[in-house]
Amino acid sequence: MTTLKEQSVIQEEFEKRMDEDELLNCMRCGFCLPSCPTYVESGFKEAHSPRGRIALMKAVADGLIEPDEDVERSLDLCLGCRACEPVCPSGVKYGHLLEEARDIINQNKKHSLPVRAVRNLVFNGLFPHQNRMRAAAGLLGFYQRSGLQSAARKTGMLNWLPKNFSAMEKVLPQVPKLKEMKNRPSYFPAEKPVKKAAFFTGCLMDTMFLETNNATIKLLQLAGCEIHIPQNQACCGALHGHSGEKQTAKDLAKRNIEAFEKLSADYIITNAGGCGAFLIDYDHLLKDDREWHERAVKFSEKLKDISQILFELEFHKKVHLELPGQVVTYQDSCHLRNVMKTSIAPRTLLNSIRGIEFREMKDADRCCGSAGIYNIVESEMSMQILDHKMIQAKSANAAVIVTSNPGCLLQMKLGIEREGLQHKIKAIHIADILLEAACAK
Amino acid sequence: MVDVQIKEKFVAIVGAENYDDSKAGCLVYSYDATPNFQSMPDAVISPRNAQEISQILKICSSRGIPIVPRGSGTNLCAGTCPTEGGIVLLFKHMNKIIEIDEENLTATVQPGVITLDMINQVEARGLFYPPDPSSMKISTIGGNINENSGGLRGLKYGVTRDYVMGLEAVLANGDIIRTGGKLAKDVAGYDFTRLLVGSEGTLGIITEATLKLIPLPEAKQTMLALFQDLEQAAKSVSKIIAEKIIPATLEFLDQPTLKAVEDFAQIGLPTDVKAVLLIEQDGPVDVVEKDMQKMAEICQKQGAVSVQLAKSEQEAEALRTARRAALSALARLKPTTILEDATVPRSEIANMVNAINEISQKYGLSICTFGHAGDGNLHPTCPADARDKNEMERVEKAFEEIFIKAIELGGTITGEHGVGVMKAPYLELKLGQAGIDAMKAVKTGLDPNNILNPGKIFAKDNRKRVVVTQ
Repeated sequence: MTTLKEQSVIQEEFEKRMDEDELLNCMRCGFCLPSCPTYVESGFKEAHSPRGRIALMKAVADGLIEPDEDVERSLDLCLGCRACEPVCPSGVKYGHLLEEARDIINQNKKHSLPVRAVRNLVFNGLFPHQNRMRAAAGLLGFYQRSGLQSAARKTGMLNWLPKNFSAMEKVLPQVPKLKEMKNRPSYFPAEKPVKKAAFFTGCLMDTMFLETNNATIKLLQLAGCEIHIPQNQACCGALHGHSGEKQTAKDLAKRNIEAFEKLSADYIITNAGGCGAFLIDYDHLLKDDREWHERAVKFSEKLKDISQILFELEFHKKVHLELPGQVVTYQDSCHLRNVMKTSIAPRTLLNSIRGIEFREMKDADRCCGSAGIYNIVESEMSMQILDHKMIQAKSANAAVIVTSNPGCLLQMKLGIEREGLQHKIKAIHIADILLEAACAK
Repeated sequence: MVDVQIKEKFVAIVGAENYDDSKAGCLVYSYDATPNFQSMPDAVISPRNAQEISQILKICSSRGIPIVPRGSGTNLCAGTCPTEGGIVLLFKHMNKIIEIDEENLTATVQPGVITLDMINQVEARGLFYPPDPSSMKISTIGGNINENSGGLRGLKYGVTRDYVMGLEAVLANGDIIRTGGKLAKDVAGYDFTRLLVGSEGTLGIITEATLKLIPLPEAKQTMLALFQDLEQAAKSVSKIIAEKIIPATLEFLDQPTLKAVEDFAQIGLPTDVKAVLLIEQDGPVDVVEKDMQKMAEICQKQGAVSVQLAKSEQEAEALRTARRAALSALARLKPTTILEDATVPRSEIANMVNAINEISQKYGLSICTFGHAGDGNLHPTCPADARDKNEMERVEKAFEEIFIKAIELGGTITGEHGVGVMKAPYLELKLGQAGIDAMKAVKTGLDPNNILNPGKIFAKDNRKRVVVTQ
């Protein structure tokens, strides 16, 4: 709950900080409505549509209404999938408006003590520090390997947790050993290097999904890249940016720009759509920072997703890809598609794998409901969206659902688990399936 | 504010979950797609059937509470902006296709059905519902009927009005009436169906519609004709009609519009030409081919620099989609996008295009023009900034001149967007005082307490005003 005093401060900040031109750029035509998952899932409530949310932000900035609980609710329920942006003929940068609004609300509202403690731990204590991320993942690994996990499962202890958590516990990947996470080299040569690639490893990807990162490195080598992994890189800051912790996000951005610019690589590669979209927006994040803006622009220009770079370097034409016969489908990562504009490359790569049948799933471009930590904080809406996603996945009749972002991957695994389809369908990151196809002969 | 006792009554009718008077809940229904209009309703109600609407209207009538029916809020005349407060009525629960009758070639639908959803269902059965307003992916059939929406196919197939055969509507006093039906012929009394179509929610609340369907044309082709001269494009339009060809679509886009649309759609539209015509023909294969060839020749004779046939249905659909996005794409240029809808007999299209250019120069404005050239319905659009008072006054004057010119050429102030609040001050230009009085008599007869979408169609005074609020 925000107090009246907080509301009036928030209102002033809206007036000061919200981009008036961008708010006015929305001409309220409503072309965004059908693309918005929460508008559709809420039973067509305008307050849960992009047009409605922009109108609310503008009304708060104009002093027409107060930023009360309902306004906050409307903004909280947004997935931030940004599916409204590519369909907006006026080109409204909704994601930027949302981020600013959330930042204003969060910075000027006093959270309850437990919420503050958790936010502080996650946003400042954990994610910005890769060593702590590793340690946390290590704990999870210990839990998985020590027998604690099987004990917890057997005793029914997990049933005490909210339903999603216990299902989520089951789909978490087997965490690699701490040693593996720590001891990876920072340079990988290619046989015939054609390009110099710097790899943004990501905090979650480099712990829980280390295997996928290793696969990404191998794919880049096969495509003719030498790979540099700057050791002082940090979390991309997406989680912070989307949750109203903009300052931390900016600090992280600067650390990353600094870490990567020294390398003067041809590309900066990511394999997580969520991170990529935030990294590519660094130039916007730092737009008011004279010293950093230009450096941010240079950084953003070099950024590419793994599937895009493989596509451009014609990996699929150079390397023979083959897998046993099976139906494979692809679930877009919203941020990869809507922000990084990468949707053709992953499909082309998958289509180049011999032996398999690539089958498009209906509404593959629609959010799966993962959306960072959305599936934890807004689990009801998230699960409703996921259930509809699984209906489409089932009717595509695919044995494999390929994704390109860790959040989507976990969410798809969760969906498979919830449907009891573990033996029929598997979810996999695109880097993993491509490497599998490249090695299988 | 709705008084507490009345609120209780409304809640008793529709249930608490379908009554919202929160500030945020009201704010998001305080606007539609019309620039510069915003007004808070007192409450938003989502009824589930005609009986509930009847009960709601009885209360509104007895208490004099304004009631504004709203589909998806995509209209462009402020027709669904609750300018006098009151209740905004939503149709999200009344969004079913009740029946597609393949023997009588009709579809019976509830008002909240999304236009494109219905079109897709109908086409899956080899049938065709031609009205295709640019917002059809979002708009509702109820909204289309209330605004008598047109679209890209208007020239050959007509507009919404031509496809409404029967209606169920709730009158201001709560009575539920049925008009027309699945009948090709029906002269039993006044044609209330036609009266309600385009009435902008001022005469009754439409709760069900029976729509006419026709067989889906066998084939369709699409082409783009490129011109370096606006007048050549406009003349091609008149020549095509004069050659006795009625194409399914004959759309005009000028260079600034092309640039804005290409900026959004990125499908390789030509941005180095002054104007293009988007031309389509449908029907039997041989007729389509013959017509397309003939139209291509006409355009070339008029000076088209190139005529390109779409190579696939995908490419054709991309062109249509791009055209539909024209208005919203123009919103990229400046914060406030003022769009008009002046319409002239199609033989006058070249004169109108010239007049618009002269008027925009006279007032120092950049007016982008696109529209349904084939049916004389143009959309001169002025990218402006509502914060610039001087500019807005010039926009106001320019549009007034455009309206006067359109009437002079035998045209009208609005072809398909409706009068709403935005064009109410200009209605007299078209109808004269006697015409307005006759319409008012109908309105007063059916809605004596003036609760149904009050303030729309009829101006309170004759102060001319499109965009300048005083």
